[in-house]
Amino acid sequence: MPDYETVLLRNVGVEGSRTIDVYRSRGGYRGVEKALKQMADDEVVEEVKRANLRGRGGAGFPAGVKWGFLPKDRERTLLCVNADESEPPTFCNRVLMEHDPHQVIEGIIIAGFATRAQVAYVYMRVEFHEQFHIMQVAIDEAYAAGLLGKNILGSGYDLEVYVHRGAGAYVCGEETALIESIEGKRGCPRIKPPFPAIEGLFRRPTVVNNIETLANLPHIIERGADWFLGIGTANSAGPKLFCVCGPVNRPGCYEAPMTITCEELIMGDRFGQGMSGNASVQAVFPGGTSMGVLKADEVHMKMDFDDPRNFGLLGLGTAAAVVVGDKTDMRDVLRNMARFYALESCGQCTQCREGTNWMYRIASRIASGAGRIEDLDLLEEVAGRMGMMPGLSICGLPDGATFPVRGIVRKFRSELEEHIRGQEPAGAERVLSVLN
Amino acid sequence: MAWKTIDRNEPAFDADAPNVLSDAVREKIRSFFPRYETKQAALLPALHVVQETLGHVSFKAMTEVAEVLEIHPSQVFDTLSFYTHFWTHPKGKKTITVCRSITCELLGGREVLDAIKKHLGVGEHETTADGEYSLVTEECLAGCDHSPCMLINEKLHKRVQPADIPKLLADTDNDKLDMPRSTLFDAPADVASDGASVTS
Ligand SMILES: Cc1cc2nc3c(=O)[nH]c(=O)nc-3n(C[C@H](O)[C@H](O)[C@H](O)COP(=O)(O)O)c2cc1C
Ligand code: SF4
Ligand code: FES
Repeated sequence: MPDYETVLLRNVGVEGSRTIDVYRSRGGYRGVEKALKQMADDEVVEEVKRANLRGRGGAGFPAGVKWGFLPKDRERTLLCVNADESEPPTFCNRVLMEHDPHQVIEGIIIAGFATRAQVAYVYMRVEFHEQFHIMQVAIDEAYAAGLLGKNILGSGYDLEVYVHRGAGAYVCGEETALIESIEGKRGCPRIKPPFPAIEGLFRRPTVVNNIETLANLPHIIERGADWFLGIGTANSAGPKLFCVCGPVNRPGCYEAPMTITCEELIMGDRFGQGMSGNASVQAVFPGGTSMGVLKADEVHMKMDFDDPRNFGLLGLGTAAAVVVGDKTDMRDVLRNMARFYALESCGQCTQCREGTNWMYRIASRIASGAGRIEDLDLLEEVAGRMGMMPGLSICGLPDGATFPVRGIVRKFRSELEEHIRGQEPAGAERVLSVLN
Repeated sequence: MAWKTIDRNEPAFDADAPNVLSDAVREKIRSFFPRYETKQAALLPALHVVQETLGHVSFKAMTEVAEVLEIHPSQVFDTLSFYTHFWTHPKGKKTITVCRSITCELLGGREVLDAIKKHLGVGEHETTADGEYSLVTEECLAGCDHSPCMLINEKLHKRVQPADIPKLLADTDNDKLDMPRSTLFDAPADVASDGASVTS
C-alpha cells in the first residue's frame, strides 16, 4: 500500500501534536466548524450512516444506525466515550489520546452535536495516567477556545465533557457495565433491551462510542462519506488502526485500510517487520484475545469485518494482533487467557462465573503438567455451555472467553495432546497447588 | 475484576476513629456533583480522591463518603469491592503494578515479577516492611507495544528486564510523571498527601 494516506495517525510524530494550536494548524477543528455551522444534526447522522462507519470498539455496529435508534422526542441525551481499552493486546485508543487528543475531542463534539447530547463522559481506565492528564489538558484547551461549553463557536450548541476514571475492571468496557460504573455502581452489565439508546445512563437515551470510532468523524464530515467509502471495501470502509505485538521486530499501532492481511501486519516493512530473533509464527490472536486464534498457515486472513468468520473467529474485534512464537508452549497461552476471563467476569450470570472459572482450572491443570486428554473435550464442553450466543449470559464476555480457549483446543489439539502424553507421571501431584 | 474480592488483607475496621476526611476532601468530592445527575455517580471520583489523599479507603472513610453522597455505607463498599484499584487497608508509598496478560507474559513479564518479588521480599498484594512498595499484578495495561511493562504509581515503565529491577527500584524518582496537568478541572484537593491531614 505505497499510496495509502495516513488519516487517523497523521499527527503522530509532529512536534506539539497534543496542543490545540498545532492541531488547528494542520486542519484540525474544520470538521466541527462545518458540522455545527453548515449542517443540521440529522444531516450529520445521515452522512455518518452513509459512510457506513462501523464501531471500532469490537462489535462493529454502524455508528450512524446506532444514533438513529435514539427516540425522536427525547429531551436529554448523554454520550459515553469508551476509553476503557482493556482487551489484551489493544492499545490504539491509547495512541490516539496520547498523540492527538484534539482529534478525539473533535470527534466527541461532532458525535455530541449529531445526537444532541448535552454531556459527554469519557470513561477512561484508571491505568491510563499519562493519557488522562493529556486528555484533560486538551479538554481545558478546548473549553478555553470556545469549542466546549456553552454556545460552541456561536452555533447555539452546548456540550460539557467530563473524564470519568474507572478503577480496574475489564468488564466496564462493556457499554452497559460502563454506564453502571459511571452511576457509581459495580460494573455489572445490564440486561438488554432496553438498549442504551432508549434507556441508558441515568435512564436517559445514551450513546456509547469507542475513541477510534469518534476519531473518524472529523474526517467523514470534512471530506464526505464518499471519500470514506473509497478506502477499503464497502462493508469494511475507512481508515483503521491495527496493533501488532509479541515477538515481532517493530511492535506498534499502525494505520491501513481493512484490505490488509494479518500476515502483512506481522511481516510488512511498514508494520511489524517480521519475527524477532529466530522465532517463527506459531499462532496469532488477531482481533484482541477474545476473537480466537489463527494457526501459522492461516495468517493470510484479511483484517476486515467479514473474513475472520471464515477462520472460526468471532469477528474483527479490536484488530489488535498478538503473535505467539514457535517456542512458546501453547498450554501457557491457554492458561493465561483462561485466567483473564475467569478473573474479569463480573459474576452475575452463573454460567459465565462458573464456566470461566472451570476453564481456568482445567487450563491450569493442563499447563501444570497434570492434564488429561479428556480435559480437552471437557474444555470444549464447558465452552459450549455459556455465553451470549447460546443465550446463556447477559453480556458478551464469556463468548470472548470461549473463542480463544476453543480455538486453541481445536487448532492446537495435536500439540496439546503431545504435551499431555509426554507428562511426567508425578505431574498429578501438582494439581492441588494449582487449583488454589 | 469483579466478583472475587482481592487485596484483601484484613480491612481496617476503624468505625470509632475520628473523622478522616478533611473539609477540603469533602469539598473536592462535592465539586463533582454538578457533573452528574445523581450524587452516587460521584462515587468513583470520590474514592479516587480519598485514596490519593489518605493512601487507602478505610471503613471509616467509606462511611464518611456515604454521608457526603447521601447513600448507604454498604453501597460504597459494594461498589468499592468490585474494583481492583482500591485498597481497604494501608498500602506502601508506591504501588508497583506488573502486567500479567499475554503479550507481557510472552516477552518475560513473569520473570520480571519474580525478580521484583525476590528483590523486595514480598508477594502479590503485600507491602515491604519499610512501607515503601506494595506489589500487585493487573491485566493488560494497554502498553503491549512496550511489553513487558509495569506501572509504579502513575508512571509506566517499558520493556522492563529482570536485571533492571534493583536499579529501577532504588531510583527515588521512578514514580514521577513529569508533565502538564489540568488546573481547571482536576486540581488536587488542597490537603497533604501523606495521610496526615485528619481534621473536620
Ligand atoms: C466484555 C466486553 C468488554 C468490552 N470492552 C470494550 C472496551 O474496552 N472499549 C470499547 O470501546 N468497547 C468495548 N466493548 C464493546 C462495547 O460494549 C461497545 O460495543 C462499544 O464501546 C461501542 O462503541 P463502538 O460502536 O464505537 O465500537 C466491550 C464489550 C464487551 C462485551
Ligand atoms: S456474562 Fe459474565 S461478565 Fe457478562 S454479565 Fe454475565 S457474569 Fe457478568
Ligand atoms: S499484555 Fe501487558 S500491557 Fe498488554
